[in-house]
Amino acid sequence: MEREKKERILSLLVSNKPDVLARVAGTLGGRGYNIETLCVDATLDPKVSKIILTTIADQPTLTKIEKQLMKLIDVQKVTDLTKMATVMREMMLVRMRLTDKNKADVALIIDTFRGRVVTLNGDHCVIEISGMREEIEKALQSLTPLGIDDMARTGIIALERTK
Amino acid sequence: MKIKGSQILIQALKQEGVDVIFGYPGGAVIDIYDELHKGNIRHILVRHEQGAVHAADGYARASGKVGVALVTSGPGASNTVTGIANAHLDSIPIVVFTGQVPTSLIGTDAFQEVDIIGITRPCTKHNFQVRRVEELTRTISEAFHIARSDRPGPVLIDLPKDVMNAMAEYTPASFRDEEEPQPRPPSKKAFQVLDMLSEAKNPLILSGGGIILGGASQELREMAWRTKTPVTSTLMGLGAFPGTDPLWLGMPGMHGTYYANMAISHCDLMITLGCRFDDRVTGKIDTFARNAKIVHVDVDPSSINKNVMIDVPIVSDCKSALRSFNQLLKEKNFTVTGDQRREWLGLIDGWKRDVPLSYCRSDEVIKPQFVIETLYELTRGGNTIITTEVGQNQMWAAQFYKYDYPNTFLSSGGLGTMGYGFPAAIGAQLAHPDKLVVDIAGDGSIQMNIQELATAVQYKIPVKIVILNNGYLGMVRQWQELFYEKRYSHTDMTHAPDFVKLAEAYGLTGFRTGKPAEVEKVLRQGISTPGPVIMDFQVAREECVYPMVKPGGPIHEMTLGSREMVN
Repeated sequence: MEREKKERILSLLVSNKPDVLARVAGTLGGRGYNIETLCVDATLDPKVSKIILTTIADQPTLTKIEKQLMKLIDVQKVTDLTKMATVMREMMLVRMRLTDKNKADVALIIDTFRGRVVTLNGDHCVIEISGMREEIEKALQSLTPLGIDDMARTGIIALERTK
Repeated sequence: MKIKGSQILIQALKQEGVDVIFGYPGGAVIDIYDELHKGNIRHILVRHEQGAVHAADGYARASGKVGVALVTSGPGASNTVTGIANAHLDSIPIVVFTGQVPTSLIGTDAFQEVDIIGITRPCTKHNFQVRRVEELTRTISEAFHIARSDRPGPVLIDLPKDVMNAMAEYTPASFRDEEEPQPRPPSKKAFQVLDMLSEAKNPLILSGGGIILGGASQELREMAWRTKTPVTSTLMGLGAFPGTDPLWLGMPGMHGTYYANMAISHCDLMITLGCRFDDRVTGKIDTFARNAKIVHVDVDPSSINKNVMIDVPIVSDCKSALRSFNQLLKEKNFTVTGDQRREWLGLIDGWKRDVPLSYCRSDEVIKPQFVIETLYELTRGGNTIITTEVGQNQMWAAQFYKYDYPNTFLSSGGLGTMGYGFPAAIGAQLAHPDKLVVDIAGDGSIQMNIQELATAVQYKIPVKIVILNNGYLGMVRQWQELFYEKRYSHTDMTHAPDFVKLAEAYGLTGFRTGKPAEVEKVLRQGISTPGPVIMDFQVAREECVYPMVKPGGPIHEMTLGSREMVN
């Protein structure tokens, strides 16, 4: 069994009810497992929500987490996306103050990471960048020395490439 | 015809076959109590909400049915938490109804409002808040289904006051249990287990609460007898296999028998049935059953490979797994000769002879073990249900009383709740009015739900309370003696009420003795006196429970009291 502790991605189909997220979070938290990232929204069936979460765990621990989640009445399905062929994305919004000095560099970074400027208000802009987690990390590293006001990240979402 | 939510609730409970509710009224549930006033379902008024939940739990364990408790909002609800957690850890099917402030006030910190859904989320199998009266019937039906299906457990339903007053049609809903096919073990695995059992020299069965909950005692016996495999059961599994059978090894673990722990350490095949490998059973995990291949049958997949790594996992309820395995044994005409088991059973008999369960007898002072032994001699035969509190009383009751039948030993295994035994005895007695129900208690734990004496008297519930009174929180004192150089920090309970006077004050009968010669007489008197009775036995103050495995130590290393440490 895989003993390496690494980031694992779980996709959960759950009933779309107010306290289901608390049940899922409590099940992990109460047993000492940390949720690294979390994304939730309804699926095509409005009665069902999809929760995509990541946690850092070895394979035996992940199996325990999956089994505990499956015990929740409102959890219909748990899929470990870590080893599956998936498309994985994360999105980041970054608000920056543009100056004559940093303008060119910011533009270059946006271009490099295929981002875009969402709003431009006077000297403030909000940049949107999406991609693999590593790309987001790199983009963030590049933008940080140029003066970030604030930022927000979605956490990972992932989808199997085929049925 | 539209009827009130509170009326729908009663209808739905009747539909579920509920014949008794343990409860305590209050503002948020006053409409439900107004319905109960019509006398349509028996209601037992407890004196504390924790007592209501333990009583429902005891009723469920003794009857195999779902137990029901009803309490008001706020403190009424929060007082149920220990009882719910207790049922959760022991997988007991109960449904707890809590009142709630009206939906319009939820979230406003209204009077007697508490977020009981949030509070009980981690200690229930599932919980519901019914926001619309139309959802009521279905929710109740689903709750009972969840409570008793798969691995059973407690379910809580939170009922806002306005929902109980809202009007709706009542149409019976039914979540039928039969609709779900019982999981069966893959036959490939049954063959595999059969092969392993054929090859094993030293096979052992470790059975747990899953056998009792799954009603699989008969199947367990059939398998053990046919294969001549010795059996040890956890605290939760006592009674599944007869305590008087030659293949019986007693309980394993921290206060298990020497021979059960030695058998676990020496077996080469361990067939584990409905047991979750609690740390009190396994001791140090690395050395637990270190020579054995382990087969694990459990209805809950999350129990498998949780604490102990399993060689052959079988996700199934114990009853269907054992049935199909016994069927296979029959088809294959599987037999075990005396010769095949001679060595192994001989080894075990040697351990039984060398280190039997024992204690130093005394004519001067009552030994607590002696009280249990005498109680056993007077009440054996299967018409007695024993409940226990938690601590030394519980361990002695597990060691020195022999349980031949399932559902006759009710004890707080997982949570270890002092104050469980007495209200649980009340629940068990209501499930079995003709049986003798005895709560084996300590002087500490009986005081934790002593208020239920009034309940027992009010409803003439004839439970017998045996207090092993040593004036200490005995188990903690034992740890302090053994591991903390006898620093008895806050474990002396000498300042206790006079239990005989207390019994009389509540309107029941009390007996007391401190003389070994009077133990049998007092027990006979107590048992034959009608109605609830307290028997206060002033026992040896500093008696310890042995054998004892050091917390976290390997289970084959036991302290045996007056004997030497044995490896």
